[in-house]
Amino acid sequence: MRDRFLARLRNGDEMAYLVALSFGLSLVLITGLIGFELFRNSALPRQRFGWSFLFTHTWDPVADRFGAAPFIYGTLVTSALALIVAVPLGGGAAIFLAELAPRRVADVLILLIEVLAAVPSVVYGLIGLAVLVPAMRIYIHPALQRVGGWTPFLSGPSYGVGILTAGLILAVMILPFIVSVVHEVLVAVPRDQREAALALGATRWESTWQIVLPYARAGVFGAIFLALGRALGETMAVTMVIGNRPEISASMFAPGYSMAAVIANEFTEATGDLYLQALVEIGLVLFVLTMIINAFARILILVTARKGGLA
Amino acid sequence: MNAAMLGLTAACATVAVGLLFFILGYLVYQGASSLNVAFFTRLPAPVGEAGGGMVNAIIGSAKLLTLAALVGIPVGFLAGVYIAEYSSRRTAILLRYTGDLLNGVPSIVIGILAYSLVVLPMGHFSTIAGGIALGIMMVPITVRGTEEFLRAVPPSLREASLALGARRWVTIARVVVPAASRGIFTTMALGLARVAGETAPLLFTALNNRYWSHGWTEPTASLPVMIYTYATSPYDDWIRQAWAAALVLVAVVLAANVGGRLLLSPRRTAAR
Repeated sequence: MRDRFLARLRNGDEMAYLVALSFGLSLVLITGLIGFELFRNSALPRQRFGWSFLFTHTWDPVADRFGAAPFIYGTLVTSALALIVAVPLGGGAAIFLAELAPRRVADVLILLIEVLAAVPSVVYGLIGLAVLVPAMRIYIHPALQRVGGWTPFLSGPSYGVGILTAGLILAVMILPFIVSVVHEVLVAVPRDQREAALALGATRWESTWQIVLPYARAGVFGAIFLALGRALGETMAVTMVIGNRPEISASMFAPGYSMAAVIANEFTEATGDLYLQALVEIGLVLFVLTMIINAFARILILVTARKGGLA
Repeated sequence: MNAAMLGLTAACATVAVGLLFFILGYLVYQGASSLNVAFFTRLPAPVGEAGGGMVNAIIGSAKLLTLAALVGIPVGFLAGVYIAEYSSRRTAILLRYTGDLLNGVPSIVIGILAYSLVVLPMGHFSTIAGGIALGIMMVPITVRGTEEFLRAVPPSLREASLALGARRWVTIARVVVPAASRGIFTTMALGLARVAGETAPLLFTALNNRYWSHGWTEPTASLPVMIYTYATSPYDDWIRQAWAAALVLVAVVLAANVGGRLLLSPRRTAAR
């Protein structure tokens, strides 16, 4: 039995199979290892604070009191703002490219927009600091305040940096993902769906809005969740423009903080095990959150790809 | 209604493309006036002093990318071979799915992993730790590309080779992989281009260094981390150098990106 196995191993095929298999499984191993290490290295705050870690507002390293609520709030609100801006904009652009633009023009524009996705996060942060932050303080905040100043959301002092600024930078950063994935999903909708709608007397827009988009619904939502996953974990650009203040304020102008940003800023300065492990636990929360969102997004995209015959 | 809505979608596309040109244009405008020879040849000047360059960060980034390629490419390539050539349909779907999830893990979280696996046992920050963090990020990108291009190789090629009596692994190594090699190399280039700009996983693995980093076990400067440090500093001259560094970094990343995509021609790029 053992001799036969060794003989098979020697002829190379079994060996090659085992090597490839072990590397294939390494994908599962690496993903599992991330979760395991984050869990293992956050034991102290998990025991000390339990679930209240997620809901406590205080972040006071000096007093050894840690609560992640301001960071979770900042991450969720900036990501939501990014989606509110980028989904209509990116969706509109994708509809134009998939339904209206000539194929050749669409290919060039898609290439250009995907180039936008290759610009590193830290460069977005640099441009955000130089362009968006002053623009927010001088033009955008005052303009918004005139419109919505009677609500707590669009009032209060303006520093330029803050939740809204971070949300806008994120919107620009996830825009290419939304355009390119939605475009791909729309292109996968069978031609006869459009032709049937047009033959029944629908206008171009009616065919797009009432037939094509509903047909590709799952994929479009997949694209949105994929973009949300990106936005949640985005670190550098947000760190540079969000203001880095661990507070929850109703005002969108106020400085805030995000999960990724607090890890980036405080990890090397964290003194004491509890402080460091509290940061790791924030990493764990971020990891679990993005895993759930991405798992959901990928399933939606898989389903649409099947349906459209792409696979 | 029809015309208005369609016009609106055209406006959206214009805004998206306009943003790209604004970003690149502004980068060139700010960066070109800040670039000089010293940037490529000098070490950073002492804190608060004008002048100096980032030669150590350029070399540091090159070293980090070499390590990332050494770690990420073999693992990702072989995993891709397994998915495309050996696994059953169901396993392939599961592994591809896992790869996609790994690709979606925030880069800062990968940094924490490298910190606990490399920095903690070694007891200090190092080039190796940063390289491994970037290497892990390259794995899912390489898997996806390798697997997609291997699957695009027609089965008849495999059958012909097997019919001639070649072993399975010989067929894969000598026939299938060479047939897909252009696509696979392009994917690797796109993957390297993507991790070249990553900052977050380096912050607490490779850290930073104002001097030369000798060997592989010392902390090292890198272009992205230098951009971050300089951009958020209060010194005008540092901010000027951050623009120069950003221009250089983006030029390299975009050249690799556009070049790779054009080489692949029509569409279907895998490095998302």
